[in-house]
Amino acid sequence: MNGTLARSLSGRFLLPLFSVLLGLVAGAVAILLVGANPLDAYTALFQGAFTNRNGFTETLVATIPYVFLGLSVLIGFRAGLFNIGGQGQLLLGGIFSAFIGYRVAGLPAVLHVPLALLAGMLGGFLWGAIPGILKARTGAHEVITTIMLNYIAAGLLDFLVNRGPMSDPHRAIPQTPAILHSASLPIIVPGSRLHLGLFLAILAVPVIWFLLERTTIGFRIRVVGLNAEAARASGMSVAGTMVTVMGISGAVAGLAGAVEVLGVSGVLTPSLASGLAFDAIAVALLAGGNPIAILPSALLFGALRSGSSFMQLQTQVSTDLISVVQAAVIVFVAAPMLVRFIFRLRAGRAAPVSITKGGLGQTPPEEGVA
Amino acid sequence: MHALLGENGAGKTTLMNVVYGLTHADEGEIRFDGRPVQVGGPLDAIRLGIGMVHQHFMLIPPLTVAENVVLGHETAERGVMDLQRARRDVSELAARYGLEVDPGARVADLSVGIQQRVEILKALYRGARLLVLDEPTAVLTPPEAERLFEVVHQLTGSGSAVIFITHKLAEVMAVADRITVMRRGNVVATTSPAESSPPELARLMVGRPVLLRVEKGAAHPGEPVLEVEQLTVEDDRHQAAVDGVSLEVRAGEIVGVAGVEGNGQDHLIEAILGLRHAREGRILLGARDITHDGTRRVLMAGVGHIPADRHSMGVIADLTVADNLVLSDYDRPPFARGIVRQLAAVLEHAKRVIRAFDIRAESPEQPLASLSGGNQQKVVVARELDSDPRLLVASQPTRGVDVGSIEFIHQQLVRRRDAGMAVLLVSSELDEILSLSDRVAVMYRGRVVAVLEGDQIDSDRIGLLMAGAAA
Repeated sequence: MNGTLARSLSGRFLLPLFSVLLGLVAGAVAILLVGANPLDAYTALFQGAFTNRNGFTETLVATIPYVFLGLSVLIGFRAGLFNIGGQGQLLLGGIFSAFIGYRVAGLPAVLHVPLALLAGMLGGFLWGAIPGILKARTGAHEVITTIMLNYIAAGLLDFLVNRGPMSDPHRAIPQTPAILHSASLPIIVPGSRLHLGLFLAILAVPVIWFLLERTTIGFRIRVVGLNAEAARASGMSVAGTMVTVMGISGAVAGLAGAVEVLGVSGVLTPSLASGLAFDAIAVALLAGGNPIAILPSALLFGALRSGSSFMQLQTQVSTDLISVVQAAVIVFVAAPMLVRFIFRLRAGRAAPVSITKGGLGQTPPEEGVA
Repeated sequence: MHALLGENGAGKTTLMNVVYGLTHADEGEIRFDGRPVQVGGPLDAIRLGIGMVHQHFMLIPPLTVAENVVLGHETAERGVMDLQRARRDVSELAARYGLEVDPGARVADLSVGIQQRVEILKALYRGARLLVLDEPTAVLTPPEAERLFEVVHQLTGSGSAVIFITHKLAEVMAVADRITVMRRGNVVATTSPAESSPPELARLMVGRPVLLRVEKGAAHPGEPVLEVEQLTVEDDRHQAAVDGVSLEVRAGEIVGVAGVEGNGQDHLIEAILGLRHAREGRILLGARDITHDGTRRVLMAGVGHIPADRHSMGVIADLTVADNLVLSDYDRPPFARGIVRQLAAVLEHAKRVIRAFDIRAESPEQPLASLSGGNQQKVVVARELDSDPRLLVASQPTRGVDVGSIEFIHQQLVRRRDAGMAVLLVSSELDEILSLSDRVAVMYRGRVVAVLEGDQIDSDRIGLLMAGAAA
C-alpha cells in the first residue's frame, strides 16, 4: 500500500539518504580502526554541528559557500560539463570583490555590497568562460583546463597579496587591506559569524532553479547536455552554450568567493576557502542534479565540516574523518547498484521494504553526469 | 530458407538472440536437431552449430579476412599462430560456398557486402549448420543483395538451414522457402510465398490492411526552391565527400537521392543545413544564398529537416514529447517571452500537434523515450512539417519505423508536396525512393551520376547506378 509512495520517493530521496547512511557506516569503520568509539565520535560531531553554543550558526556559515559551489557544479552537469574549476573561479571572485571591497571608498552599503558581489560574479564568470571557450574552440577537455586554471588562480592570488599590487603594505603577512565596513555583509545573528550570505544562498537556489527549468537558456543548456548533435541540428549554438554554461557556473562559484571575503574573512588571504570547491562536487552529486536538493546536501556537508573540530577535541578522532565520510558518500551516490544491492539484502530478511527494481537504482533523469 | 518477418520491435531479433544464447528465455524450450538444448551463451550455440550474422558486424577492421575468420579458433604451433594454414582453410571454405573473398585483405579495406561475406565465413568456419542473418540486406546495394541471396541458396542447397530476419516484403516473397510473421512478440502466421502475397503479409505484420503503394498524382512543379551548384564538401579527413554536385528541387516536387549509404548523401544534407562547411559551390534557397549560413539561419529561412538518425540528431529522448516538438522554436514567441519559456503555450502546441499527426502518446509531458519508434519518428515529422517549411530535407524518414507509420509519413510527404512544398528525400531504401520521388538523383562516390525522370525511373537501372555502373 505504500508501494507507490516509496517508489516515487525512492529515486530522488532514498538513494541519497541511504548513501549518506552508508557513508557514515564507512566512517564508523574508520573510527573503529583508529581505536575510538564511533558512537562517541558521531555524538560529538552532532553536538559540534548543532547543539553546542554557536554550533548551528557555524554550520550555516559553513553551508553558505557549499550552496553556491554546489549550484555551480550542478549547472555544469546540466550541460554535460564537469566544472571542477570552482576553486579557481572562487578565488577570482574573491580577488575581484576584495578589490572593490577595500579600494572603492565612500559608497553607501546598499550600493557597495551589491557592487562588490557583482564584481565577484564577474571574476568567476571570466575565469569560468575561459575553459568554456577553450572547449568550444579547440575541444580541450574542461576537466583538464579547469584544474590547470585552479593552479593559475592560486598563483595569481599569491602574487597579488604576497607583497604584490593588492597586498596590505602595513602587514607582514600576505593579505589585502581589510574590506571596508560599507562592503561587508552584515551579521544577521548577533554574537555569531552568521552573515547575510545565508539569505543570498537561499535566494540563489530558486533563481538557479528558474534559470535551468524555466528559461530558454536553461532549456538550451539541457538540450546541449543531453544530446549536442541534436542541439546542433536544431540550430542551437553548442559552442556558445558551452561558454555560457561555464561562465554562469563560474559566476556562481565567484559569488561563493565574494561572500566568503565580504562575509567571513573580511580580508583576502591566499588560503581563501581552500578545499571547499572539491567538497562541492560531492554536494552536487548528492543533490542528484536537482537545484532544490542542494540546500539539504550543502547543510549536511556544512554540518560535517563545522562539527568535526569539536569531535576531534572530544574524541581525538581527526577532522580528516569527514573526508572519509564524504568520499564514501560519493562512492555510494555514484554506485546506485551497490546501494540497492546492500539494502535489498537487508530488506529480504526483514519485512519487504518497497525498493523496486525500477525505483531506487534509477538515475534521476536530470542528472547530467554519466 | 526461413524468413522471419515482422515490424521493428516485433521480437524477431530478440527471438534469434535467444537461439544464439545472447538472451535467455523465461519459459519454453529450444529444440535443435530434434533434441531439446540449453543455449547458455554464444559458445554453446557455436558448439551446436548455430551461427549468427548481426546487423552490425562484429569484425576487427585492421585484421585480415583470414585472421577475422579464425578469431577465437586459431590453430597454433607452440603458441605461434599458423597464419598460412588459416589462409588456406579460409580459401577452401570460401571456394566451397562460392563466397569469393581474398583471405589476405584487410577487413577495413573491404566493402560492406564483402564484410558481410566474411561474417558468414566466420560462422561457417565454426561449423554452423544453422545460420541466422539479422536484416542482412539493410546495408547492401541491390546487386550485392542479389549476390547474398545466391550464396544463401548455395548454403541451403548443401544442407544448411538459414533464418533470415527482415521487414522487407519484396525480399521475402523473392527468396524465402517458408515465412514466419511476428507481431508484438507473437508468431501470427507461418506461411510460404506461394500461399501468400505482399498485402497479406503486410496485414499480418501490422494487424490491419495497409496501403503498400503510395497514392499520388502527377507533380506540378513550380519555381526552384533549392538550387545546389557545383557543391564540394569535405569529410572529416578532408577528402571530398561531395564532389561537384548540382541539384535542383522545385516547389511541389519530391526529388529522391538514391545511393548506398556513405556515398556523400549525408554530407550533402549537412552542407545544405549549415552543419558542415561547403568548400566550393553555392546553395540557394529561393533567391537567397545560404551557402555560408549557420544552421539556425537556414532553418529559420524555411527549411525543415528530418535527420537520418533520429536518436543522435532528431530528438532528445530524455525530454518530454512537448519539449521535443519545440526543439528549434523553443526561444521564439509564443513559446518564450524574453528568456522565459511559456510552458503553457508549449503544452497547448503539443496537444494540437499530437492530435493533428495522430501521435500515440498518453500525455505531451511523457518522456519521448517512452514512445514507440514509429511515434518518435512521427514527433520529428510533425515538428518539421508543422512549421510549414518551403523545403523539407528528409533523410531516411522511415528508418526503423513500423509499416503503419511508414504509410502515414509517406502520405504526409505527398500531401505537402501537393501543397507546394519542395522535398529532398534521401533514402537507402530503394522502394521508398521509387514510390515517392518525382525525380531521382543517384549518388555514387560523392557525385550525382544520373538524374532520372518519369519512366526513366526504374529499379534495375537505379540499382546499377548505385553500384557504380556508368549511366
